[in-house]
Amino acid sequence: MRLERRAAASRLMAVLAPVLAVVAAALGAALLFAVMGKDPIACLHTLFIAPLADATGVSELALKATPLLLCAIGIAVGVQANVWNIGAEGQFTMGAITGGAVALWLGPDGAWFVLPLVLLAGVLGGMAWAGIAALLRTRFNAHEILVTLMLSYVAIQLLGWLVRGPMQDPEGFNFPQSRQFEPAATLPLLFEGGRVTIAALFALLAVPAGALLLGRTLIGYRIRVVGLAPGAARYAGFSETAAVWFCLLLSGGLAGLAGVSEVAGPIGQLLPSISPGYGFAAIIVAFLGRLRPVGILLAALLMALLYLGGEALQITQQLPLAATGVIQGMLLLFLLGADVLVHYRIRLGGRAHGRGRSGRG
Amino acid sequence: MLSRRSLLLAPAAAALAARDAAAAGPLKVAFVYVSPVGDAGWTFQHELGRRALDAAMGNAVKTSFVENVEEGADAERVIRKLATDGNDLIFTTSFGYMNPTLKVAGQFPKLKFEHATGYKRAANLATYSARFYEGRYATGVLAGRMSKSGIAGYVAAFPIPEVLQGINAFTLGMRSVNPKAQVRVVWTSSWFDPGKERAGADTLIAGGADILTHHTDSTAVAQAGEEKGVLTVAYNSDQSKYGPKTCLTAVTHNWNDYYVGRVKAVIAGTWKSGDLWGGVKEGMTKLAPYGAAVPDAVRKEVDAKLAAIGAGTLKPFAGPLSGQDGKPKVAAGHAMTDKEIGEMNWFVDGVQGKI
Repeated sequence: MRLERRAAASRLMAVLAPVLAVVAAALGAALLFAVMGKDPIACLHTLFIAPLADATGVSELALKATPLLLCAIGIAVGVQANVWNIGAEGQFTMGAITGGAVALWLGPDGAWFVLPLVLLAGVLGGMAWAGIAALLRTRFNAHEILVTLMLSYVAIQLLGWLVRGPMQDPEGFNFPQSRQFEPAATLPLLFEGGRVTIAALFALLAVPAGALLLGRTLIGYRIRVVGLAPGAARYAGFSETAAVWFCLLLSGGLAGLAGVSEVAGPIGQLLPSISPGYGFAAIIVAFLGRLRPVGILLAALLMALLYLGGEALQITQQLPLAATGVIQGMLLLFLLGADVLVHYRIRLGGRAHGRGRSGRG
Repeated sequence: MLSRRSLLLAPAAAALAARDAAAAGPLKVAFVYVSPVGDAGWTFQHELGRRALDAAMGNAVKTSFVENVEEGADAERVIRKLATDGNDLIFTTSFGYMNPTLKVAGQFPKLKFEHATGYKRAANLATYSARFYEGRYATGVLAGRMSKSGIAGYVAAFPIPEVLQGINAFTLGMRSVNPKAQVRVVWTSSWFDPGKERAGADTLIAGGADILTHHTDSTAVAQAGEEKGVLTVAYNSDQSKYGPKTCLTAVTHNWNDYYVGRVKAVIAGTWKSGDLWGGVKEGMTKLAPYGAAVPDAVRKEVDAKLAAIGAGTLKPFAGPLSGQDGKPKVAAGHAMTDKEIGEMNWFVDGVQGKI
């Protein structure tokens, strides 16, 4: 058995590979459950089906996927231009800080314009934080991978300081947290009884917007040319500087929106820790989704489902968290492994054939 | 063992009948943990409580837990899921779960909730915590007796009241037997980060500390002490296996009796919301068995201090106390009230570090 490179990437396999990977991961998970002495069918049901069985579950899935989706779309657009923003976590945190500051400041007013300002402040905060990386990259050629990553830790420390200092709840017994935001500064729920807010709509909107941007607009075309062939881009007069700025501001703004939506949504206040690593998980989501907005939507939903299913496994099947970690690892491994089939085909007994080819060469 | 268990079971089974017909069957009790269970630390002590519950109540309860739940938006979903899943009593064991627990408790008025270390309560939401500082004071006395340089090192996570209480009580205990003692503090800005805790321990040792303690969740400080031959006082759990030669004792959390008591109260129909801030007296704060390095005389002295604290005759935060700058903070004759202790945001004289 050997691998042979396809002349062109297989379209069929591009669709089939993720399905194969999910099936393989499910089989692997079933084996794991059986080895641990659990009923594999019941566990698979708990992991993949039960979290979606009711409206609350679907709402929680959307809630969890929203920040992943917003961050991942920005990251993916950047990667197309060879701009690697791996610090979405920092821009997320910054958006939460700036948006949260406006929420705390104007929230008690209760006017209709408070919420739009909160969201705008969050977007601008994320953009500004990513803008530092853009400035350092275009002026001093400091690589954005390093700068965005390091700035993430700066943002997290800054949040930690703020909720212990200037933004601390005066009635909070010295605990590190802000006051809770007023209703005027929090996002409306999509439906009563769930926790998912209108931020999920922003995230959904980002999917076609991202697809349009990359596929149908001049700037999207320039981004891809800058990423694929920097030499050709220069020859055509496409500015790399402009592409770097555009990509970082866009992804920073989206991450900032995700951050402010989280604190002005399900959390409702500023805390020292507001993200279980959404900004970093979004990098995985972006690549799982093959850097295409529709793929990213599916990948974000899958990641969110794995989080929820993992919790459900602990609650109803008493499986340790580590078991979920193993399943998540298997799924990612199989997804990346299955990608080989897109560009290669498997040949059985092709050894002689291979020798013949190399003989000719 | 067996007889004790059946003794406990009999009244529990009888009381079951008192509960709602719909809720018949074992009482379902769930725990939410902020970190993985592991084999030492904050969460591990709560897990010991859950296991004690299983052992004490047998078939009268069915317990479950969810570990490593983030304190942000995830907590509310997990707590709600546990509520809709038919749990009767839910313990949420980290401060950051306060608002989510309050919210879910409001939506499930028939269920009972208990939140550790918080201050918001409701008719079906009780709070509980322990006076860890009482154990800290006693181990400060121990440190004062065992340290040659008179310099102790303290690796601490965040400057919140609970941590400051511990640092201050330890310092006061140490200074009660060595008035010149100094306690140097290094912050890690994380409850669990073995790398940072280790780096903090190394810094403190290099700075002349010959006894270390910590208010963080890993075993890194005990391990650093064992490697470098520096004495340690561990926290959360007994860590003697990580420092067989150098770990003198540990200030441990013990939720076992509390959990069993609260579950029995639910079964008997006598559960009420409220706030318990237990300490040595309630058995919530204890010291782990002493290491071989602690001489008998010191053991007796520390045990006596602990007993006095339990009896209420020794109050760690009784005046006169002065702040870091040497200026008086608490007047002679006044012992700090629980409210004052709960809001503590300053260091006593003898602490070297910044909040």
